[in-house]
Amino acid sequence: MTPNDAHQPLSRDAAVSVRDLRKTYADVTALDGVSFDIGRGETFALLGPNGAGKSTTIEILEGYRNRSSGMASVLGIDPHRGGVDWKARIGIVLQTSAEAGNVSVREQLSHFAGFYPNPRDVDEVIAAAGLTEKAKTRIKNLSGGQRRRVDVALGIIGRPELLFLDEPTTGFDPEARRDFWELIRDLKREGTTILLTTHYLDEAAQLSDRVAVIAAGCLVDMGAVDEIGGAEARIPIVRWRDAGGIHEERTHEPAAVVARLYAQRGGELHDLEVIRPSLEDIYLELVRDAATEVAA
Amino acid sequence: MKTVQLGISRIGYEVKTYYRQGDTVFFTFLFPVVMLGIFSVAFSGLGNVGTNPDGTGGITQAAYYLPGMIAAGILLSGVQNLAVDIAMEKSDGTLKRLGGSPLPVISYFFGKMGQVLVTSALQIALLLAMARLVFAVELPTDPAKWLTFLWVYLLGIFTSAVLGIALSSVPRTGRSATAVIIPIVLVLQFISGVYLAFNLLPEWLRNLASVFPLKWLAQGMRSVFLPDTFETIEPGGDWQYGWIAVALVIWLVLGLIACRMTFRWIRKDR
Repeated sequence: MTPNDAHQPLSRDAAVSVRDLRKTYADVTALDGVSFDIGRGETFALLGPNGAGKSTTIEILEGYRNRSSGMASVLGIDPHRGGVDWKARIGIVLQTSAEAGNVSVREQLSHFAGFYPNPRDVDEVIAAAGLTEKAKTRIKNLSGGQRRRVDVALGIIGRPELLFLDEPTTGFDPEARRDFWELIRDLKREGTTILLTTHYLDEAAQLSDRVAVIAAGCLVDMGAVDEIGGAEARIPIVRWRDAGGIHEERTHEPAAVVARLYAQRGGELHDLEVIRPSLEDIYLELVRDAATEVAA
Repeated sequence: MKTVQLGISRIGYEVKTYYRQGDTVFFTFLFPVVMLGIFSVAFSGLGNVGTNPDGTGGITQAAYYLPGMIAAGILLSGVQNLAVDIAMEKSDGTLKRLGGSPLPVISYFFGKMGQVLVTSALQIALLLAMARLVFAVELPTDPAKWLTFLWVYLLGIFTSAVLGIALSSVPRTGRSATAVIIPIVLVLQFISGVYLAFNLLPEWLRNLASVFPLKWLAQGMRSVFLPDTFETIEPGGDWQYGWIAVALVIWLVLGLIACRMTFRWIRKDR
């Protein structure tokens, strides 16, 4: 979406629609005009370094924070005015877990299920979150990763149309992360719209239909995971070293370049590499460019 | 309808978690019971209170301290319990989570009120049972006295609960909550006739205590549990039922206004 889209009306069909969202604290600009739409059933990931504005954006959409200016619509409602009926249609997994020390996993989920008009089955959710063996354990006695799964379970117990996941897998071991991805794919198959923030690019790549990269309060790029940064950013790089230092050449024909260099030098090249930029490389480049722009 | 149903579900949840918390059970629930035991035993050597000039009559130390401990229990179950509890829930993220769920605020408060009502009723039952069974205190038999008890108790517990909710926004963090709240409650108990005989306090201190609700609550409980002969040594010369009601209602209204103005699911920025 280009900056001009900030002036387009909110999309009524989208699950989430945001236009020119701004948030300023006393002397800090946390969000500096962000616009995007999330379609129904879409999984959308917000990527960005710490302090870029991911959590500010998600908390405005969850109704926890007021925006300074701009427009926002979540399931057709202004989140600032969202009432109990609106909250029954969303699920929230906050960045930090709440202490819910003295109740068991099942007690907590059964209690929260009662808040919603059409909740999921408590035992099914416990199983989906991989907590069946811990169902009778008090939450305070769980490990950090297990508590995080309770958070996720609480986020989906109400059968939300839209699920907010704010860095959901922080502290998970690799196996737990894969189980979690399966759970999210199941939700997706059921048609749940998901807004995810994460530090893990592989997670975004695994789960999301589209990603948006946010840096210093601005949207740097947005698109399918294999498209962000543009085609240019994906052109392979040939890198080698000689007496003059390290050289790089971007090319669609790396083999030809290597052959040419080999012919020119008449021998092996030092530290020769052919690099296909990974999502991480592209992401880091986007974020770095944004930082330089802000500095300039 | 759903709001009431959820409120009832909250009461069950709140009472359950209350009794699972060791420190709350001791410092709020059992504290007055323990104090009644200590005072009754420690001062038993001093003999009866309010005896005739010839040394006969009067009531035991346990009987004398019972009304004060009941009043203190009401204050602790309401003010101390809720102020600390809600301040903790605010800082540990519980309120934020509830605020993002479709639980109505009214149901949340319904749950807190229910928790206070259930736990304080059990606490008073325990105090009365201990007074009667361990210290052989004569409990009132006149139904009129129990009627007085009922309205003073209900007015007192609702006022305490509301003030607890209002005070919960004072501590900046959950960790500082007990440090902020307990001294307030403790000082009130000392100047309001719970631990020290109210008629023996200097007049200026009695006047100061009269600004706060605990003094009136304790006075009301004395009127129920002490013999009528004690009415004459009250600083006011009688039980002053009218003033008890007025003072508690004023605090109830002030508390409700403060709750309405200060309570938020989270500290929302502008």
